[in-house]
Amino acid sequence: MGEGKMMNRLQATGYRLQATGYRLLFIACSLQLAACSLCFAQSISSTELISNAAQYDGKTVEYEGEAVGEVMRRGAYAWVNINDGANAIGIWLLNSKLSEVNFTGSYKTAGDRLKIKGQFNHACLMHGGDLDIHAEEIIKIKSGELKEHALPQYKQNLVIYLSGVLLCLLLISLILKPKQTKK
Amino acid sequence: MILKPHLSDIKTIGYYLGRIIIGLGLTMFVPLIIAVVFGELSPLFDFVVSLQLTFIAGLILILFCRTDKDLNWMQGMIVVSLSWLVAMFLGALPLWLSGHWNSYLDACFDAMSGFATTGLTLVQDLDHLSFTHNLWRHLIMFIGGQGIVIVALSFFVKGLSGAFKMYVGEARDERILPNVVQTARFIWLVSIVYFILGTLALGITGILNGMSLPNAFFHGACIFMAAFDTGGFSPQSQNILYYHSLPYEVITIIIMVLGAINFKLHYHIWAGERREIFKNIETRALFITVLITFLLTAIGLAQLHLYPKALVLFRKGFYQLISAHTGTGYQTVYPSQFIQEWGNLALAGLICAMALGGAVCSTTGAIKMLRLGVIFKALLQDIKRIILPEKAIVIQKFHHIQNVFLADAQVRSALIITLAYLMLYFIGSIVGMFYGWPFLYSLFESTSAAANVGLSCGITNIAMPAALKITYILQMWAGRLEFMSIFVLLGFFVAWVKGK
Repeated sequence: MGEGKMMNRLQATGYRLQATGYRLLFIACSLQLAACSLCFAQSISSTELISNAAQYDGKTVEYEGEAVGEVMRRGAYAWVNINDGANAIGIWLLNSKLSEVNFTGSYKTAGDRLKIKGQFNHACLMHGGDLDIHAEEIIKIKSGELKEHALPQYKQNLVIYLSGVLLCLLLISLILKPKQTKK
Repeated sequence: MILKPHLSDIKTIGYYLGRIIIGLGLTMFVPLIIAVVFGELSPLFDFVVSLQLTFIAGLILILFCRTDKDLNWMQGMIVVSLSWLVAMFLGALPLWLSGHWNSYLDACFDAMSGFATTGLTLVQDLDHLSFTHNLWRHLIMFIGGQGIVIVALSFFVKGLSGAFKMYVGEARDERILPNVVQTARFIWLVSIVYFILGTLALGITGILNGMSLPNAFFHGACIFMAAFDTGGFSPQSQNILYYHSLPYEVITIIIMVLGAINFKLHYHIWAGERREIFKNIETRALFITVLITFLLTAIGLAQLHLYPKALVLFRKGFYQLISAHTGTGYQTVYPSQFIQEWGNLALAGLICAMALGGAVCSTTGAIKMLRLGVIFKALLQDIKRIILPEKAIVIQKFHHIQNVFLADAQVRSALIITLAYLMLYFIGSIVGMFYGWPFLYSLFESTSAAANVGLSCGITNIAMPAALKITYILQMWAGRLEFMSIFVLLGFFVAWVKGK
């Protein structure tokens, strides 16, 4: 009987430990999920932000897109314009956060893909009524890169053919050029 | 009886059209140089192909239509109206080859928008467009603002007595200097002096705003060309909002206003007659209409409490208003904000400003200040006639460089052109409504296209129907040339079909 009780107690302790383990695992998973949601929450598109600007005014939003143009430093802060494919929105951020930005999109480069968390301003009083976001956090999602622009073969062929046609026309115009009569 | 045009008419038109096309082709060397400087190989080939096709078209016309005859009025007008269409088709080639335009029609839309200094655009992924193509977009605005024919007159046409007919056909009815070629060259002189000053001012501001030196001056040159020629293209998709800079906005306002002033007035100011600014009917009319339309816009915005501070309201409202009134189309708000936020009264203020435009013999489109002034003076004259005794002789005069007595012919001409513009605005808005857009938004976009402004409330986009794109192209063309040369072209076709 004594042994049986002992076994039951041990079993109960095992179950409790197992339950605690599950609880800990659950808490850890929840924390991880919360952290993930902080980093990769669903971003709001530029179209949504511009169309419902009054609704989002002063709220913390997440916005994602490609840094385009150029980083413009203004004292301790800087402007980075981020294009999500539909529109570009100006992001006002501290210079210290610029380490995340290495490439900005242009003809020769694909800009860094950035995720911004910050305060959305429908008509920013600090910036003359511009629609902008004052960034609090910035995460690089994908690094930018230099772009290769291959020269299509058809363009090379076109230049060759058209040069021939142009040369012929120039020759004809020289041959048919009206002779200037001496006065 | 309508007389059928002769083959010699077509030959003369073809010959001079060919010469203008060659002139247009020569301007393509500018982006070619930029392509070499920035090492952009594929854009370089786009321009080599376009240049070759342009020269081929020009040479064929010159070869097959060679003539010694000078242009008559009809031929001059037709050459002008056709030049603008041909310039659109040829100017669109490098844009289309870049792959940033969905179709050749879209590229043609942007080419016409550029040449006509409108600023509406259908470009895709503008932020990744090459320096070469970007320069071309702005250069065609510079060429179109002065006038395609002006380019030819200035540099490629010598001793052509028919030059004045083409000059008039391009909506420039005022000669600044006795010789029309000298006038054309003076217009270029003004533009180039301001180009140097404006690019310097914008470039330095760009550097102070945190831009790199090459980018600051490239953007400065592009923005100057589009602002002075009241065009409205910009190298970045956000338009002027990209720069987030008050000094940039102030400088562009100054450039836009300079572009909206009559070149004849520039000449007199340069000659030291500064008082002319205050006496001239056009500057007075411009001041009054800016005041009234801004008041409308500001009240509209204030009613909606859109901008929390008066200074912010002024900055946003005044910038869009000046941009609309001068026919530039630069924006510091997103197109959809006009529809979503600005409200009917503010939009009505902008539409009125767009419909009125700047000075005659400037780079702006629309009805223009001289015509508005003349109509107002005629109205005053009629009121005086009613009030004063029947035997009183009522004389009305106005000051435009010199004191001018108001003549019935002037009033008639001003009223006809004004009516034609109002019709054009209305027709475009009908087409917009046909495709499901509300009246006010359709009228906004239609007025913007026909008055060569370029502000958009979002109707202009790549998904809009082809018929609407063609409507806006025709509006931009007719609006820029101020109808007469287009009426002559239509008359020519009618005579060709019905004439004996």
